[in-house]
Amino acid sequence: MPQKIKVALLGSPNTGKTSVFNILTKLNQKVGNYPGITVEKKEGTWILNRQFKAKVFDFPGCYSLNANSIDESIVIETLLNKNDPDHPDVAIVVADVENLKRSLLFFTQIKGLKIPAILAINMADRMKKKGIEIDLDRLEKELNTKVVLLSARRNTGFDQLKQVLLNHQQIPNKEIFDISKIDSNYFNNLKKLFPKESIYRLWLLITQEANFTKLKRKRVTDTSDFQTLSTASLKKLQQKETIQRYVLINQVLKKTFTVNPLKASSFGATLDRILLHKVFGYIIFFGILMLIFESIYDFSSIPMDFIDESFSQLSHWIYSHLPSGNLTNLVAEGLIPGIGGVVIFVPQIAILYFFLALLEESGYMSRVIFLMDRGLRKFGLSGKSVIPLVSGTACAIPAVMATRNIENWRERLITILVTPFTTCAARLPVYAILIALVIPDKGSYQSLTLMGLYLVGFGAALFTAWVLHKSFVGDKKSFFVIEMPSYKMPLLKDVLYTVWEKTRTFIVEAGKIILAISIILWVLATNGPGQNFKLAEEMITNQYSSDQTIDLEAHIQAYKLENSYIGLIGRSIEPAIAPLGFDWKIGIALLSSFAAREVFVGTLATIYSVDSEKQETIKIKMTNEKRADGTPLFTLATGLSLMLFYAFALQCMSTVAIVKKETKTWKWPIIQLFSMTFLAYVISLSVFQLMQ
Amino acid sequence: MISLDLLKKKQSAVIDQFKIEKLPLKLIEMGCLPGNEITLLQRAPFKDPIYLKVDQSYLAIRRETAKNIFVRLKS
Repeated sequence: MPQKIKVALLGSPNTGKTSVFNILTKLNQKVGNYPGITVEKKEGTWILNRQFKAKVFDFPGCYSLNANSIDESIVIETLLNKNDPDHPDVAIVVADVENLKRSLLFFTQIKGLKIPAILAINMADRMKKKGIEIDLDRLEKELNTKVVLLSARRNTGFDQLKQVLLNHQQIPNKEIFDISKIDSNYFNNLKKLFPKESIYRLWLLITQEANFTKLKRKRVTDTSDFQTLSTASLKKLQQKETIQRYVLINQVLKKTFTVNPLKASSFGATLDRILLHKVFGYIIFFGILMLIFESIYDFSSIPMDFIDESFSQLSHWIYSHLPSGNLTNLVAEGLIPGIGGVVIFVPQIAILYFFLALLEESGYMSRVIFLMDRGLRKFGLSGKSVIPLVSGTACAIPAVMATRNIENWRERLITILVTPFTTCAARLPVYAILIALVIPDKGSYQSLTLMGLYLVGFGAALFTAWVLHKSFVGDKKSFFVIEMPSYKMPLLKDVLYTVWEKTRTFIVEAGKIILAISIILWVLATNGPGQNFKLAEEMITNQYSSDQTIDLEAHIQAYKLENSYIGLIGRSIEPAIAPLGFDWKIGIALLSSFAAREVFVGTLATIYSVDSEKQETIKIKMTNEKRADGTPLFTLATGLSLMLFYAFALQCMSTVAIVKKETKTWKWPIIQLFSMTFLAYVISLSVFQLMQ
Repeated sequence: MISLDLLKKKQSAVIDQFKIEKLPLKLIEMGCLPGNEITLLQRAPFKDPIYLKVDQSYLAIRRETAKNIFVRLKS
């Protein structure tokens, strides 16, 4: 059995920490969540040699041990709690060679926790270009650790890192910064009260603003004979601590680090002048957005058709090769189309994440935030709301999670509340089929409609944000600090890892819901109470016995459906949705869509008993749908009303769940669910009634 | 001594003092501390936020935050 050591990969954002993680663990990665909270937990296995394996944890990036967000507080919590199963034996602190100073701040803090810490200076390939020289031996002595130069881009230095890790017992775990010197009175007092504890650890426990889920802070603050300082004084001490740490770091770097200022490149500055230009900056950003949306449609149609075709063939194959019966029907009509309905999104989602990862990795996203902050602030949002709003076009779930770097709670809450209005990928198949059905295929009417729906989504998000901004009272003052990382050519490998990870999560998460819904629907549609359902075949056969021209089988199916459980449910809600132009079949699709919108097409497929999700076949069925008076059901008015309903309503259980997790209360997701759905109802109602 | 938001584009200065209670710790962690050189690289349209180089860090902050930081111009 190889010995296993636990390694924490730590570092601030933009140091290339995740690139390092990808090189160390390759595809031996697992992504999960920390229990109870939705912070992503990434771990992987790094095989050092036959005797040693390392379990590597890629912790969320953070600038220091003074937590500002849930993501950061999870790092501190794990590092402080020796009993945590993820508590590391060794820490690798990844630093950016161009901003060593700031990484060292974090490094000295980790050392303060007495965890053996290796300093891995990444992006070493840029040293020559920037004229940077480092005296490694001296740096190792000053920091009392091992230092390794890495380049994730060139894949160099990793063997050396492995050697250092194999000898991790030799890495000293002594502090290099004495916290007590920032206020000797206070810390001596603390030492007297808790003689057995490490004072830096206590200090962290006292000062963390973020909530700790596992460690109780009570031990310290409840002790009556211990005079805690006010929050303001604590903050002052923290600032003093940071300044003192920098004094130490500057002393160390003075002896070990030189940089030739003449070699600082002007490439980034030139690019910034163009990308942040008051006119071109916006034109470029919107151009990039258009390009992304174009590509989503252009590149995804071929793989989508292929997926569609494959699943429909699979259904046929199952029909012809398995013994006929209920189980086969369930698999071929419920299960396979259900899974197909998830997989068909994969090309679009993968392409979207590909572009989002490119924007993020290249450093461009921060520029967009910078450009948009002022404008968005008028709506109560932050420049940082751009990421949720743009990634909301893929899926609201990661988008809501992406609101975490918004420092101000008010701006963050507004962003969370309006993000579900953006047109997510799950609305696309609904729009696609309805546009094909009711919008004439002339000129560019169809693509303009789709574009219009995207604009409606963004418009609704901004308008709602503005309304919330005006009606919320409370803390309008907000901090906004954003790092503007240097431009970098994204590493294709890292981008593909991200795409793979996000797409896989989507398939698994959405897949579970869609699968469950399609099975339930199938059961409800193929069973019914009473005689009408059971005797459908005889009744219809008798009724039309004299008429040879009609398709008897289709009439039997339709009659059965009307009298199935699902038909009864649908007809009971019909009075409520009839003013919107919907019949009971659409009603069923709407109801099942409240679990997830993408169920819409699949539901109609099941209801119309079309055995393939191929749009053409469903489309033809839908075109032929008639109202009781014989006029076509899917007119322009019905189509638009339905599309707008999908644009405004919050039909996604997963979003409700994630909003509950992120706001830590049921209040907001419930308000969101009801008000968005109410808005959808009113808008669809007005549109349909006006167009009738 | 002037407040940081009054710096002109491309102008450099040295941070002198700040209203510590009005600044987030993160800003100090990113190197925004007294004695460090600071350069205003660019302003966003409508002059807000501002893009700065402080020490080795490149970052952007809003004007309202910048008003709490005071700098000495380099002669």
